[in-house]
Amino acid sequence: MNEEQKKIQEVVSREYELGFSVDIEEETAPPGLNEDIIRFLSKKKGEPEWMTNMRIQAFHIWQKMEEPRWAHLKYDVIDYQSISYYAAPKKKPKSLDEVDPEILRAYEKLGIPLEEQKALAGVAVDAVFDSVSIGTTFKEKLKEMGIIFCSISEAIKEYPELIQKYMFSVVPMSDNFFAALNSAVFTDGTFVYVPKGVRCPLELSTYFRINAQNTGQFERTLIIADEGSYVSYNEGCSAPMRDENQLHAAVVELIALKDAEIKYSTIQNWYPGDEEGRGGIYNFVTKRGVCAGENSKISWTQVETGSAITWKYPSCVLKGDNSVGEFYSVAITTKAQQADTGTKMIHIGKNTSSTIISKGISAMRGQNSYRGLVKIQASAQNARNYSECDSLLIGDKCGAHTFPYLESKNASAQIEHEATTSKISDEQLFYLRQRGINEEDAVSMIVHGFCKEVLANLPMEFAAEAKDLLNLTLEGSVG
Amino acid sequence: MMLEIKDLRAKIGEKEIIKGLNLNLEKGKVHAIMGPNGAGKSTLSKTIVGHYEVEVTGGDILFKGESIVDMEPEERALKGIFMSFQNPVEVPGVTNAYFLRTAVNAKREYEGKEPLNAAEFLRMAREYAKLLGMKPEMLNRSLNVGFSGGEKKRNEILQMLMLDPDLIILDEIDSGLDIDALKAVSEGINKIKSPEKTFLIITHYSRILEYVKPDYIHILKDGKVVKTGGYELVKKLEAEGYKAIEEEQ
Repeated sequence: MNEEQKKIQEVVSREYELGFSVDIEEETAPPGLNEDIIRFLSKKKGEPEWMTNMRIQAFHIWQKMEEPRWAHLKYDVIDYQSISYYAAPKKKPKSLDEVDPEILRAYEKLGIPLEEQKALAGVAVDAVFDSVSIGTTFKEKLKEMGIIFCSISEAIKEYPELIQKYMFSVVPMSDNFFAALNSAVFTDGTFVYVPKGVRCPLELSTYFRINAQNTGQFERTLIIADEGSYVSYNEGCSAPMRDENQLHAAVVELIALKDAEIKYSTIQNWYPGDEEGRGGIYNFVTKRGVCAGENSKISWTQVETGSAITWKYPSCVLKGDNSVGEFYSVAITTKAQQADTGTKMIHIGKNTSSTIISKGISAMRGQNSYRGLVKIQASAQNARNYSECDSLLIGDKCGAHTFPYLESKNASAQIEHEATTSKISDEQLFYLRQRGINEEDAVSMIVHGFCKEVLANLPMEFAAEAKDLLNLTLEGSVG
Repeated sequence: MMLEIKDLRAKIGEKEIIKGLNLNLEKGKVHAIMGPNGAGKSTLSKTIVGHYEVEVTGGDILFKGESIVDMEPEERALKGIFMSFQNPVEVPGVTNAYFLRTAVNAKREYEGKEPLNAAEFLRMAREYAKLLGMKPEMLNRSLNVGFSGGEKKRNEILQMLMLDPDLIILDEIDSGLDIDALKAVSEGINKIKSPEKTFLIITHYSRILEYVKPDYIHILKDGKVVKTGGYELVKKLEAEGYKAIEEEQ
């Protein structure tokens, strides 16, 4: 290892800056998973019986399933019976004013002061602290337009017909092991409904945060864009430092009806663990959207910087004719992080098109895998796909892997796939440094250049944050 | 004195290439270094700018009286040392303009000056680009990506003009250039020439020296300066080759 590399290691291995935890009273379910725990959880949340029964049904399905092991990931066996499936702050504040000042301080440390965000035009925040929503802004304003933006718990009580119609319609409870688990124990999450012809004027945002020790977090998000509507939803998260691995198994379902468009952006910054990968979040996420109607569009943009393990394939089912699916991703793995992420584009309707732009960055001992499926059904006349998977390596102990799968049952399909792997070279760094740009800025410049196409797809409010996060994650990383 | 090199020894890998080299570069003068292949010309310039491949094993380099051998490359650059690269590396996705502005403002910050705003920067960059016969679109392209050989060299000179350094090392800036590009590059160099600046031109050919007249010629051989003289040395070299100069010793 030369001097340059040593220095880089030092900076890359910087302590997790958002690593802290807040001490508040918890009301936590005992560890373990059985029907009683699920009934307790459901009761705690005041859910109607049909929801409790759905959860029990999902639990029985899950019990019969096996944890998938096909991903390019190495981790110890997860003991699902040692996890506590419910934690919530005792007092449920009705407004932000009633929120525990300690929680608000935690948000401030994360750079997302709710008070300020309220004032900031254009961003409505549904903040999730542990498992219960504690504050929602702009809700009233949105309500006037007929837009529903609330916690999933609230939606189950207030809008049962929408929940019963759409929940599990995109990701069935039997879809996969983690989706089944989530269906049984999901704690909270976000619900969005945008009525016909309405263009949501705000970027909807949610911040997730794991706080309770040894408590899995099981978010459930459901977004429905009715005919001719548009919504842009931003999800971002960060977690405090912990010693034990924390399981995160979220499910996100998107439904875009005729002529509707959903833009879903994610910044994922769960605690990645230490240099050996200890204490990081295990993030097993099922995200899927269905372009149900003609001319509908779903666009996923993700910046994945955190977690010890990331298992995540935001997908689009292109059912409606002329529908469009997009996936833009930046995934960074440093330290001992492992990511197996990508997308699935399922073409069913005629003239459907999809675009996949994936940028993987690996540093230190990070392992980054792109796994993507493009499936053209026989019915999908004139389907088109363009995939581009680029990998950037920083140093010589990391890895990048690409697993593209392609299934076409229609000869009229046009499919293009491009893949590149490159390295931040000493020569590139030296060139920038000889021009007076310090090492950290030079790395950041090269990485941003590499991710440009993806970052350009983030909403403006989010883009600056993503840049900062990239810098923080990769400061000085080189080899 | 702009630069004093004292009994410098440096190696790349296990191979010693600079073997007790002495050289003084005067303020306001144009110095040219010539010499056969493998004499250590490029290693010398790399050593001055702190290239990662080079390890200094002895001697010292003083820039404006201050030793720089232990300084980071960016620190040397910020103090006013610039080197043009023989084959500038490509940096995809980073626009030329963004890179240039970052570099210029890094230097301004170091000097305690206000950063250039986008408008000021563009005005300056476009003016210099024009002088070098570069299309303004060049500023919006990814740094060096898909640039022709001539475009790369012009772009190096553009960076030199923007950064306004005090010691300018031009490492084979003239190789592979057609006559128009050579003229443009020379024009750029002459634009910035002043009693405050020192040039170190490393070249195989005498072509560029017809456009940028050197005050001193140094002949480098086997890691040492073996002869120093005026412009007349170039003529002698052209006529008789390095062999003749070696035999004189």
